[in-house]
Amino acid sequence: MGTVLDIKIKRANKVYYAGEMLSGVVVISSKDSVQHQGVLLTMEGLVNLQLSAKSVGMFEAFCNSVKPIQVLTSSIEIVKPGKFPSGKTEIPFEFPLHVKGNKVLYETYHGVFVNIQPQKGKSTPSPVDFTITPETLQNVKERASLPKFLIRGHLNSTNCVITQPLTGELVVEYSEAAIKNIELQLVRVETCGCAEGYARDATEIQNIQIADGDVCRNLSVPIYMIFPRLFTCPTLETTNFKVEFEVNIVVLLHDDHLITENFPLKLCRI
Amino acid sequence: MAAFPWHSRQRNYKTELESCRLEPVPLDFGDYHPLKPITVTESKTKKMGRKGSTSSTSSSSSSSMVDPLSSVLDGTDPLSMFAATADPMTATANMDSSRKKRDRDDNSTVGPDFEPWSCKRGDILARYTTTEKLSINLFMGSEKGKTATSSSAVSEKVRTRLEELDDLEEGSQRELLNLTQQDYMNRIEELNQSLKDAWASDQKVKALKIVIQCSKLLSDTSVIQFYPSKFVLITDILDTFGKLVYERIFSMCVDNRSALPDHFSPENVNDTAKETCLNWFFKIASIRELIPRFYVEAAILNCNKFLSKTGISECLPRLTCMIRGIGDPLVSVYARAYLCRVLLTEMMERCKKLGNNALLLNSVMSAFRAEFIATRSMDFIGMIKECDESGFPKHLLFRSLGLNLALADPPESDRLQILNEAWKVITKLKNPQDYINCAEVWIEYTCRHFTKREVNTVLADVIKHMTPDRAFEDAYPQLHSIIKTIIAYFHDFSVLFSVEKFLPFLDMFQKENVRVEVCKCIMEAFIKYQQEPTKDPVILNALLHVCKTMHDSVNALTLEDEKRMLAVLINGFIKMVSFGRDFEQQLSFYVETRSMFCNLEPVLVQLIHACVAFCFITIPSLTGIFTRLNLYLHSGQVALANQCLSQADAFFRAAVSLVPEVPKMINIDGKMRSSESFLLEFLCNLFSTLLIVPDHPEQGVLFLVRGLLNVIQDYTWEDNSDDKIRIYTNVLHLLSAMSQETYLYHVDKVDSNDSLYGGDSKFLAENNKLCETVITQILEHLKTLGKDETLKRQSVLALSFFNSILAHGDLRNNKLNQLSVNLWNLAQRHGCADTRTMVKTLEYIKKRSKQPEMSHLTELALRLPLQTRT
Repeated sequence: MGTVLDIKIKRANKVYYAGEMLSGVVVISSKDSVQHQGVLLTMEGLVNLQLSAKSVGMFEAFCNSVKPIQVLTSSIEIVKPGKFPSGKTEIPFEFPLHVKGNKVLYETYHGVFVNIQPQKGKSTPSPVDFTITPETLQNVKERASLPKFLIRGHLNSTNCVITQPLTGELVVEYSEAAIKNIELQLVRVETCGCAEGYARDATEIQNIQIADGDVCRNLSVPIYMIFPRLFTCPTLETTNFKVEFEVNIVVLLHDDHLITENFPLKLCRI
Repeated sequence: MAAFPWHSRQRNYKTELESCRLEPVPLDFGDYHPLKPITVTESKTKKMGRKGSTSSTSSSSSSSMVDPLSSVLDGTDPLSMFAATADPMTATANMDSSRKKRDRDDNSTVGPDFEPWSCKRGDILARYTTTEKLSINLFMGSEKGKTATSSSAVSEKVRTRLEELDDLEEGSQRELLNLTQQDYMNRIEELNQSLKDAWASDQKVKALKIVIQCSKLLSDTSVIQFYPSKFVLITDILDTFGKLVYERIFSMCVDNRSALPDHFSPENVNDTAKETCLNWFFKIASIRELIPRFYVEAAILNCNKFLSKTGISECLPRLTCMIRGIGDPLVSVYARAYLCRVLLTEMMERCKKLGNNALLLNSVMSAFRAEFIATRSMDFIGMIKECDESGFPKHLLFRSLGLNLALADPPESDRLQILNEAWKVITKLKNPQDYINCAEVWIEYTCRHFTKREVNTVLADVIKHMTPDRAFEDAYPQLHSIIKTIIAYFHDFSVLFSVEKFLPFLDMFQKENVRVEVCKCIMEAFIKYQQEPTKDPVILNALLHVCKTMHDSVNALTLEDEKRMLAVLINGFIKMVSFGRDFEQQLSFYVETRSMFCNLEPVLVQLIHACVAFCFITIPSLTGIFTRLNLYLHSGQVALANQCLSQADAFFRAAVSLVPEVPKMINIDGKMRSSESFLLEFLCNLFSTLLIVPDHPEQGVLFLVRGLLNVIQDYTWEDNSDDKIRIYTNVLHLLSAMSQETYLYHVDKVDSNDSLYGGDSKFLAENNKLCETVITQILEHLKTLGKDETLKRQSVLALSFFNSILAHGDLRNNKLNQLSVNLWNLAQRHGCADTRTMVKTLEYIKKRSKQPEMSHLTELALRLPLQTRT
């Protein structure tokens, strides 16, 4: 009755780079023998621009070219029409990964299990020191009503290798109000544009608490965040779209004052 | 012939004595009195006993028991009763003291702050309890916390709490309020179970969610006294989870060919397993909240082994720093505790790298498992030697190490080197207090693994350090503890006392009460561990010294309890001394101990006991039958005088059973003479003693008297002698005396039959029955003397019997009255009676009749005719 079809990729982490050979097996298992018209394996690489729920109206208004961009396609027939015997049949296959035409392969940042890395980037560390006090804040309505505080810290680098964690430390040197919470918020900023204009969408993709409660003064709290594998990719800028990342250090005081410090990041893969 | 029932006359010995007594004339101290230098029988016994004790062969008591007397009877005699009541007391006392010792040892060797986790876990749960209401707030939603609760749509009425518990579906939020501690623990246990269930049914995400939610509970410190227990309960779940993940990944490494060895390296782990492992870490790294992210990562930290060799130690500093983000100090300290618990070995490696901070080393040694420390002893010694002494003295470090080594054993090959290395440092300590604190701890290690030679060396070193300036005066507790430790390991006292420095060590205890305490410890140990009786001169000498110290501490202010304790210990020692068949030695040992321990009565009692036993086994070896009989009697009297009732009983029994062996003729000064008069004398003597011998509770009434009567009955008396009847007459006297309400004499502190039976009618009936039998015997005998040649004897016997009745019988009884008249007549019937005696007797009766309550004798006198010689 039921025929189960499965594709198993040989490499455990399922990450392949351009020019490499993608290999695996197709597994067909069924109780009875199965008549078939041949097995055709197609590999496709797509860049899919999605409409964000937030900006659906305005996006459609100025851009009607929202359709998947195909960057890679390849198809092979691995079995001629015939019959599979009952039980498990494994058919091995191999695909060479070749870019279609003169298109560039971008790294997947969600969804598809093939992950392609076309270019080697280069990362130079760029440390950032920061000091947060009521005076350094922007967008403050009543600066006088703010409790006094002094938070120092640094990020070891805003140029980050995507497989390495974001690191740094933070010291609460002084705070009049008790601290409730300190978080690291990783934000992805996608910008889609065409001749008519562009749409920009910022999404929180990871939020990590690094301090819970009124932490000890003058004792450094580590800043440490591993980039989520599926939601991050190297920072990307093309004619059609941009993917950028930022990290926010969010300090929540006990009187519900929210202090945010923003740092743009540049992610790359080595 | 009709039986004559006996009725004893009621006697009031006191008034009788007074009425008979000469008027007392006061005697001045210096005045001459013929009876003044009177010797007591006991002294005679002793002399004779000693004379006869040269031969040591004994026939009747050849058993190897130390005390044959105690085997004769068991249980109920006052001595053994005393022993029986005393034993549990000493036993409990020993138990108490040993328990106390153990507790103390535990405290001193382990340190109150250390226990293996399994014990610690139970302790925490038992100790940190609460009666306050607790709450569990579980939110099973997605981590971002934005999902609306879907199951809240279900009607509240329908939803029972139980269903709620089962409901761990995504997006459900449950807050359980007002839980008792037990409820709380049950809920956590249920969560633990649902974690396992979820895992078993391949719901890994659900399992992770349960663990995350549980860890979150640790951020709630609202019922603070319960927090430690909560920590235990929840870390149990974390441990379970860590184990499940580890095992799962481990099982993925098992391919068709072989499983991974226990100590595998990451190269042997296949890619799939590595990928799965990585996935777990990625998943956990994205947990939003700090506390669950920390705990869950720590729980599966062990899985780092699959990824890289150094993974765990690389994570350690990061996780440690991560805890700094926890604001609540309590929560953060417990988080650290969990990290230490999970990563014992890695922590250790880290400590090693951290510049050998002495304080840190000490904390590690006092907190980590002793086995862990012990197996790395050499490393520790190295670290201690290298570490910077400022701020934390090294002797404390050596002490801590010693404490660990007392609990767990280092590798065999390192042992001697450890001792040498440690002692090299310890012996150089200048301050006696520092020194003794270390030595106290290390002595245990030395005793545990080495022989008396090493112990001796250590003791010598301690003496050398503690003697100058009388430093030992400030170190009695430590020195005491050293003694205790040594005793605990050396149960063989001949070995212990052959440790040359042991006695010199004891000499350091110069404050009396401390000294006595130490002696007590030694004696307690001796009594506890010495199995065989000993005559080892080394042991005897040393222990006599120890006992003498204890004894000499007794003074007028010593409490009774303390005295009893000391006496029990000394007695325990005396009991364990045996020279086997060398009785002379044994006796001289007793003589020596008697002079040493004269201030403790129980010890003297013990010695008397021992000497009485000695007599009992020595007497049978003598040849003279009357010597034996008299010695039995005297020993019995001595035993009785010392309240050794069962022993006395045994002596009298032995005497009674020896009587049939008395030969008819005995050799006295080279001439063969009839023994009957001697026997008569002995038996009369015995009777007067039997009066006060209390009946044995398990034998019949008047057991000894009956036994004696049987013996007399069966003895072959000479045909032409009336001794048997004389004896019977004396038995009658004895029985009469026995039927009195209060006896003529007593032995101090021994209850005779008068107070035992208190004039019980059954006892009196038994007594009278015996009398009846005896009278019958006498009368039968009188009848047989009716022939011409024996008429004189008949007359004398009849009169003597008449006198007995007059003295002891109640003549108000008609039958007895009649019997006496008959006897009077019989005595005179054939003209054999001495008229003067008869006249005197009659006068005596008349005189007696004038005394109060004796008026009935007037009537009797009238019925007694005087026959004039025709």
